[in-house]
Amino acid sequence: MKNTFFFFFFFFLLTNCTSKEEDIYTPIPYNLEIPTLFANKLIAPVIPANNPLTEEGVALGKKLFFDKILSGDETQSCASCHNPQKAFTDNQQFSDGIDGFLGTRNAMPLFNLAWNFDERFAWDGKEFSLENQALEPITNPVEMHANWTIIAEKLRQHSEYPTLFIQAFGTSKIDSTLVTKAIAQFERTLISGNSKFDQYLKGETILTPEEENGFNVFMDEAKGDCFHCHGSNNNPIWSDNKFHNNGLDATFVDIGLGAVTGDPSDNGKFKSPSIRNLAFTAPYMHDGRFATLEEVINHYSEGLQPSSTIDPLMKKVNQGGVDLSTQEKADLKAFLLSLSDFDFINNQNFQK
Amino acid sequence: MKKIIGLLCIIISFLSCIDEKDCCVNFEPVNVTLKFTQNWDGVPLTSADFNDFKFTTQNGESISINRLRYLLSNISIGNTIKDYHLINSEESFGSEIILEQIPQGSTFLKFTFGFADLDNTDGIYQDLNSVSFNVPAMLGGGYHYMQFDGKYKNNSNQDANFNYHTIRAVNKTDSTNLIFQDTSFEVHLGIIEIKDDTSIEIKMNIAEWFKNPNTWNLNELNSVLMPNFEAQKMMSANGTSVFSLGEIN
Repeated sequence: MKNTFFFFFFFFLLTNCTSKEEDIYTPIPYNLEIPTLFANKLIAPVIPANNPLTEEGVALGKKLFFDKILSGDETQSCASCHNPQKAFTDNQQFSDGIDGFLGTRNAMPLFNLAWNFDERFAWDGKEFSLENQALEPITNPVEMHANWTIIAEKLRQHSEYPTLFIQAFGTSKIDSTLVTKAIAQFERTLISGNSKFDQYLKGETILTPEEENGFNVFMDEAKGDCFHCHGSNNNPIWSDNKFHNNGLDATFVDIGLGAVTGDPSDNGKFKSPSIRNLAFTAPYMHDGRFATLEEVINHYSEGLQPSSTIDPLMKKVNQGGVDLSTQEKADLKAFLLSLSDFDFINNQNFQK
Repeated sequence: MKKIIGLLCIIISFLSCIDEKDCCVNFEPVNVTLKFTQNWDGVPLTSADFNDFKFTTQNGESISINRLRYLLSNISIGNTIKDYHLINSEESFGSEIILEQIPQGSTFLKFTFGFADLDNTDGIYQDLNSVSFNVPAMLGGGYHYMQFDGKYKNNSNQDANFNYHTIRAVNKTDSTNLIFQDTSFEVHLGIIEIKDDTSIEIKMNIAEWFKNPNTWNLNELNSVLMPNFEAQKMMSANGTSVFSLGEIN
């Protein structure tokens, strides 16, 4: 009798354990497809040890990214301001949040984020790590204006999410940490590396004479001298992901990095964005002040404003800039547009 | 008698061991730390000294330092060689490296400023590509030796920018026939006594870049120096007195 009792007791314990999916489900590692140029030229992307990419984590992150449940009144998702068709930005100078308030910075495009080796995100670098970056817009009053406690409860009560969290992270204990981990996993898969210029570097196509000349203007220290901040054929991220004052203003309305570090010598510094996908990401600069690429190029050519923190790489500030000819400007624009990656904006894996 | 002989043998063996220890060098390899520091004519440069007009060149120009990155290659302590190392003074990155398995005793310390031509192959160093330390192909490709950016007060007392970038010199007079000159240079810091946990300071006197043998006039030579063949040769010449041995602990 005793033996029979213990048998049933252990059988009950065993079945009780195995019925918990979180104890047995092992997520499948995600195979991040790294473009050949990136693999050849750059060090490995940043994947935190405490948030490895998994099929389930990426899928969950994608679902969350497009789900309006993350905003206070469920009218906006991350994708509302980070539209895949616009290289994950919008075409607004400033984006409006759920309460109709406008932000003060242009929404940044999202791609190749795992190659931001310093892991400082946002225009002013205030967020360290993608996971931390994803925390902020959800509660920001001028953005999604939500409350993490309420969001977590909504997700726990949802018909699908608890299972998806168990599969991705082995737990149904949903909180902001796991939500942002999942979103960060999805964001790390947003890789743009197949523009015409990438294909040219791989020997798959040729450039027009205008594009080729524009690349030379970009790389020539005596002309555009863009490569010191915006990468090159050897750095296909096309950004140094550092912070510079690029001479937009003589006095600052928004001090950028300076507000984060508290160091006045950082006032007016903002992250140099990648020059990939500019065809889709207008308007330009941290405050979206330039509607067209022509305006951007004219700024560097003639429009530099001196200030105490302007980057020394901004040449000929006292003459207004590098003074490109009309032809050089047109060619530079042609080159910049050759970095448009249509495969990226149309990638079905990145659509809702 | 047997016991006495045995005892003597043991004593002799024991003394022999003691002698062995006293007389011989310990060849067990050790770790050696190289510390890269910067100064302005002996005044140490700290992160607080950046972005401020604190220094005056030999030619009398007041300057501020905004960015200072430089590359040393073939860093050799005896037969132990570190292939290359990038120092970013502004971000305090790369200010120390540890070379392992260095035999104890007297040996030489030397390195190359920048890459010698043989090592200066375009695009092959992923870590340097990742921090955009490349040189455009139109200048022969490869890598910067140094990127030193800052501001100076020009003759009109206005702030002006300088980009003291050193690379392999290229003569572009005939664009169809570029002529290169390897302007990297070897620095020999002499013989050093290596013992356990030795720490060696390698100092850069930034002021020397503007001083010796070419007194540098920033009003004349300030930016677009990468394609300037003569400027590159002059910077290389000035660089040879920049490095020195600091403290050894």
